[in-house]
Amino acid sequence: MKTFIATTFVALAALLATPAAMAAGGSGDLQKANVDVTNQASLQRGARLYMNYCMACHSTQYMRYNRVGRDIGLTEEQVEQNFIFVTDRDGELVNPGSLMTNAMTKEYADEAFGVTPPDLTLSTRIHGEDWVYTFLKSFYIDEDRPLGANNKVFSNVGMPHVLWELQGWQALVEDDDGNERLELVRNGSMTPSEYDRAVRDIVTYLSYMGEPMQLDRQRIGLYVLIFLAVFTLLAYFLKKEYWKDVH
Amino acid sequence: MAGNPAEKWQGGLLGWIDARFPLSQMWNEHLAQYYAPKNFNFWYFFGSLALLVLVIQIVSGIFLTMFYKPDADLAFASVEYIMRDVEWGWLIRYMHSTGASMFFVVVYLHMFRALLYGSYKKPRELIWIFGVLIYLVLMAEAFAGYLLPWGQMSYWGAQVIVNLFQTIPYIGPDLVTWIRGDFLLSDATLTRFFALHVIALPLVLILLVAAHIIALHEVGSNNPDGVEIKKNKDENGIPKDGIPFHPYYTVKDIVGVGVFLMVFAVIMFFFPMGGGLFLKPDNMIPADPLVTPELIPPVWYFTSMYSVLRSVPDPFLGVVAMGLAVVMLFFIPWLDRNPVLSMRYRSFAAKFNLAAFVVAFVILGWLGLQQATTMVSEMSFRWSIVYFAFFFLLWFLSKERSAVFSLVAFAVVVGIYTIYDILRFDPSDASMIMWSWLIPTVHLFVCMVAPVFARGLGRDRAVPERVTS
Repeated sequence: MKTFIATTFVALAALLATPAAMAAGGSGDLQKANVDVTNQASLQRGARLYMNYCMACHSTQYMRYNRVGRDIGLTEEQVEQNFIFVTDRDGELVNPGSLMTNAMTKEYADEAFGVTPPDLTLSTRIHGEDWVYTFLKSFYIDEDRPLGANNKVFSNVGMPHVLWELQGWQALVEDDDGNERLELVRNGSMTPSEYDRAVRDIVTYLSYMGEPMQLDRQRIGLYVLIFLAVFTLLAYFLKKEYWKDVH
Repeated sequence: MAGNPAEKWQGGLLGWIDARFPLSQMWNEHLAQYYAPKNFNFWYFFGSLALLVLVIQIVSGIFLTMFYKPDADLAFASVEYIMRDVEWGWLIRYMHSTGASMFFVVVYLHMFRALLYGSYKKPRELIWIFGVLIYLVLMAEAFAGYLLPWGQMSYWGAQVIVNLFQTIPYIGPDLVTWIRGDFLLSDATLTRFFALHVIALPLVLILLVAAHIIALHEVGSNNPDGVEIKKNKDENGIPKDGIPFHPYYTVKDIVGVGVFLMVFAVIMFFFPMGGGLFLKPDNMIPADPLVTPELIPPVWYFTSMYSVLRSVPDPFLGVVAMGLAVVMLFFIPWLDRNPVLSMRYRSFAAKFNLAAFVVAFVILGWLGLQQATTMVSEMSFRWSIVYFAFFFLLWFLSKERSAVFSLVAFAVVVGIYTIYDILRFDPSDASMIMWSWLIPTVHLFVCMVAPVFARGLGRDRAVPERVTS
């Protein structure tokens, strides 16, 4: 057995060079989102920003309003007053138990943006938090685009720069080394660090949205592991006791 | 039933049942008086763990079935409904998705154990055959189940695999339409995959597992020394190196269960995506027949076979090679004619061969996840040769071979792929073709030629009479 393991490891070590050499390749320069889903204030700010700036186009159709309210520490009244702008077929505001769909039709979206804005319930699980964070910070002026804006992370994106009032406008400039970078050319209502925080809040909210039970599962997981550790220890002593007469 | 100790310590109810159903008899034959070798080691946990995962999958699967909708328009949303609105639905779903990957982890380790200690050799050939059948059905089960969430990877993964049948001459296209139940992968495919996944395949799986265990208990377990414990019995006819499965191995297996469940829980509660290996980010996008993802790698447990497929330029021959990669497993008991069961007493060459096989399997698995570049295809081809050479060498190492036979056989085998290399030679890839040629050649050289010059490398050792501790 020992010879076998040794042989296997020697063989593996000799061959590891191949995959390592082939695995090389850049993952792009995404900025770290550093979100903290336990931060309820951040979640509430993110939810408010999302409802005001994103929800009109991007539904989160697998989630319900009242669940969001409950999880981020808002009462049902607060949810109704601050979050619900969507109406049902009769023109009444939908109730807090509804799924978070929106009113934009596919036809209208296709005409306005050329694409249907995707549902964002799972956006952070698909692209990762860092990608969404960097994406929201990477819009710049591009007169060639129908809506006047382009994005450095997602080139020729159909989406306009919805947060321009907050961030202001960036331009794509080339520095002396020929690297392209973004530079703020017109101030928005927020300073760059305030804007970073706002984007981080949105991403925090979207991270929560992608997996609303993520805090539950980690908390429960810890208790399960503690239980299993004790169980395994006891099982081990039981085994030792039974096996003491096997030679 | 005479002389059955159960009758002494159990009263009325058990006696009543035993007169009508062989309960005590079954308990004794399979647990209390089933004598297993006392020297089982780490590798022997995975049989009972596979059974545990099967139960986990069936139970969690039943609960998922209560909430899942097998309908192309509703399937994706129903999974998110389970994740968000169903009480503990996320736990059940993660349990099932983690269980799927852990099933293969456990089964691969269990199969490796059989290769390590020669558990497929006479008289255990049928156990091995049932085992390979279980592995086949498990692959079908996993494949059908993976379509059900109806995400992009579900859809396109199934598309790729189903289309493999298209390469079969003459009947291919009609066969694919028949499998899909439609001219494209659609709701009709989803509903039939659902039927296969929740009833047909699990039923076959359970029957095969029963056959596997019955066959095992008929001939008795092998052990890390490969010594037949039934050859050494005491005056009561009990193997001297045997201990009753219950309570000794039941209490021991519980320890294994504890450790295994801890690993399981760490994945399920903290890394349910398994770093993108167990659940893929792209599968969080609903299936869209009009948008093909850039990269469609199969789930990790299929990637070794997938690499074998991709290593052959001709699509149909690729499918044949992939099928052969699995089917070869059935022949192992008849390829390996060496009387020594356990690797402990096999030659260095035999150990090296098995190690090379494991390394090839892992590397092919890694390659299967990558975008197909020239380098990836070349590596897949070379490691596929190592994969198949393993089976040839199992036969070759069945006994000590003469120097002439070894050298001629080596020249012939190496010659086959060298001729292919010459035929496909392309000056732009010259250095890659030449250095990668060394990979299978070193494997074959160590197992076939080295023992000619250093006889010790090819010589098996004496197997002890009794098991060692």
